[in-house]
Amino acid sequence: MGGYVVRRLLSVALVVFATSLLIFAIVHILPGNVAYAILGEYATPSAVATLQQRLGLDDPLWLQYWRWLHGVLRGDLGPSLVMDRPAGPLILEALGRSAILASIAFAIVAGGGIALGVHAATHQGRISDRVMTLAQFVFIAVPDFFWAILGVMAFAAGLDWLPATGYAPWGDGALAWASHLVLPVTVLSIGLLAHVSRLSRAAMLEALRSRYVLMARAKGMSERRVLWRHAAPNAMLPTITILAIDFGLLIGGVVVVETVFAYPGLGRLLVFAIEHRDLPLLQAGMLVLTTIYALANLAADIGYAVLNPRIRYGAAA
Amino acid sequence: MTARGRITDPLRAGGITLTVIAVLAVLGIWRTPYDPTAFAVRLRLAAPTLAHPFGTDEFGRDVLSRVLAGAHLSLAIGFGAMLVSLLLGVPLGLLAAFDRGWLGAAIMRAADLAISLPPILLGLLILAVTPPSLGKTILAVGLVYVPIMVRLARAVALGLLEEDFVQAARARGEGAVSILVREILPNAWPPIIVECGLRVTFAILLGASLSFLGLGPQPPSSEWGLMIAESRQFLDQAPWLALAPGLCLCALLVAVNATGEGLRARLDPSHG
Repeated sequence: MGGYVVRRLLSVALVVFATSLLIFAIVHILPGNVAYAILGEYATPSAVATLQQRLGLDDPLWLQYWRWLHGVLRGDLGPSLVMDRPAGPLILEALGRSAILASIAFAIVAGGGIALGVHAATHQGRISDRVMTLAQFVFIAVPDFFWAILGVMAFAAGLDWLPATGYAPWGDGALAWASHLVLPVTVLSIGLLAHVSRLSRAAMLEALRSRYVLMARAKGMSERRVLWRHAAPNAMLPTITILAIDFGLLIGGVVVVETVFAYPGLGRLLVFAIEHRDLPLLQAGMLVLTTIYALANLAADIGYAVLNPRIRYGAAA
Repeated sequence: MTARGRITDPLRAGGITLTVIAVLAVLGIWRTPYDPTAFAVRLRLAAPTLAHPFGTDEFGRDVLSRVLAGAHLSLAIGFGAMLVSLLLGVPLGLLAAFDRGWLGAAIMRAADLAISLPPILLGLLILAVTPPSLGKTILAVGLVYVPIMVRLARAVALGLLEEDFVQAARARGEGAVSILVREILPNAWPPIIVECGLRVTFAILLGASLSFLGLGPQPPSSEWGLMIAESRQFLDQAPWLALAPGLCLCALLVAVNATGEGLRARLDPSHG
């Protein structure tokens, strides 16, 4: 198990290194001069030259990349040009707020999705299962941003129960803090909840059809024990893979939801960086997000290994 | 499938709805009830009436006409992106299955790397650096799904390479190209079609999200994600501005999803 974790950690480092190259390449090699992108197409040549010198854009690409990588390894993520501040603290602050949003949503998606999936699988064909199947089918197909619009329309513009946008720090009181989170968290969870519950239902049904469940029932084991000792742990394996995939979708959802609700997190910071052509900030933010995604995948792989002895004992990698 | 032929059959219901939307979308490129770009100052933000069933926007443009004129864009993004991932992913995947040397390994490592980026980030990154346009949105969304297609095509081809009929072809002395075209491709398409069907839903979703963020077709285009983004400042005065394109987008997505799931039920018995 230890060896497995070390191997996976090394591959995460490799992935992050490779994506840093990829991000750097896309930002620097795609047509569109960075200095012009920042200053606009009507910039005077002298302003462009000054900025290029300040950013070190006249140096060869490998040197620029090396300088960036070197900074990142020492914890210096580079500057934000538009805000004229180091990008690191900006990203860290935004990341904290995004983490609140994403972790609550992810807890709802994982816990709720598995619970709903198990319920649907054990009540196959009943009313609750059929209603859920239909709801899942429709909910998967509704875009995050449209849920957000509907939510704002109903609960902010219509009923005036919740704030439409913004963020309140914990210091403003728990109620203000929570009320700004209700709509974003709901919107973020709803589509993924449908996805996870649908697939964990399928995984659970498959486990319930298996021979080991038949065997467990045949030897007179109580249904509850069959469910939680035999069926559920095996159904968790594919579900963990799904959760890891959905974490990627969650990151996409965070970008959209933070933009709609003007929630000052990392997703909105990235969109800000794009809109204002703040390429160093964009580059740094992307790298941080990819690293988090790689770590989440690592966590999923370790969870998978913990539940699956075939991987734990190194039979299959 | 006992549901075959019935209206509750997802493939049939989804397929019919999708066909209707596609016909309206193609017609909408040339013919709409009103000119989708014509301003009418006195009719600004008018609520839905018989003359304007979806109301008008802040410039007095007819929302129904705009929705119709923009319909082909969502379809183009969804199916165009699917085509991009198909045309790039399947050849690469087949190559990776055939080539056991460094080339196959390099393709798979590249796919692993691309898959380790969160989907929206790859799109954001590509669209952030260059000016946005419809073609770039299609390309960006399509590229996101290329690695998935590569893995699938390789897995399918590897499975087929072990089959008796391929071994037989080999024993007859058929060349690699002949085996690929005559033995592998005809048998590889069902799982690939199924994957494509399911991918179109996500491609339309991702494309609409990028467009909503301002990284797709630009105003005065009436791409639905963009229309919804523009409607945000009028949510309390003119909810129809968001509801019309939003509900149409949902209808399209549900139809595409139903068609994809129906295809899977028909072509892939293991997921009955």
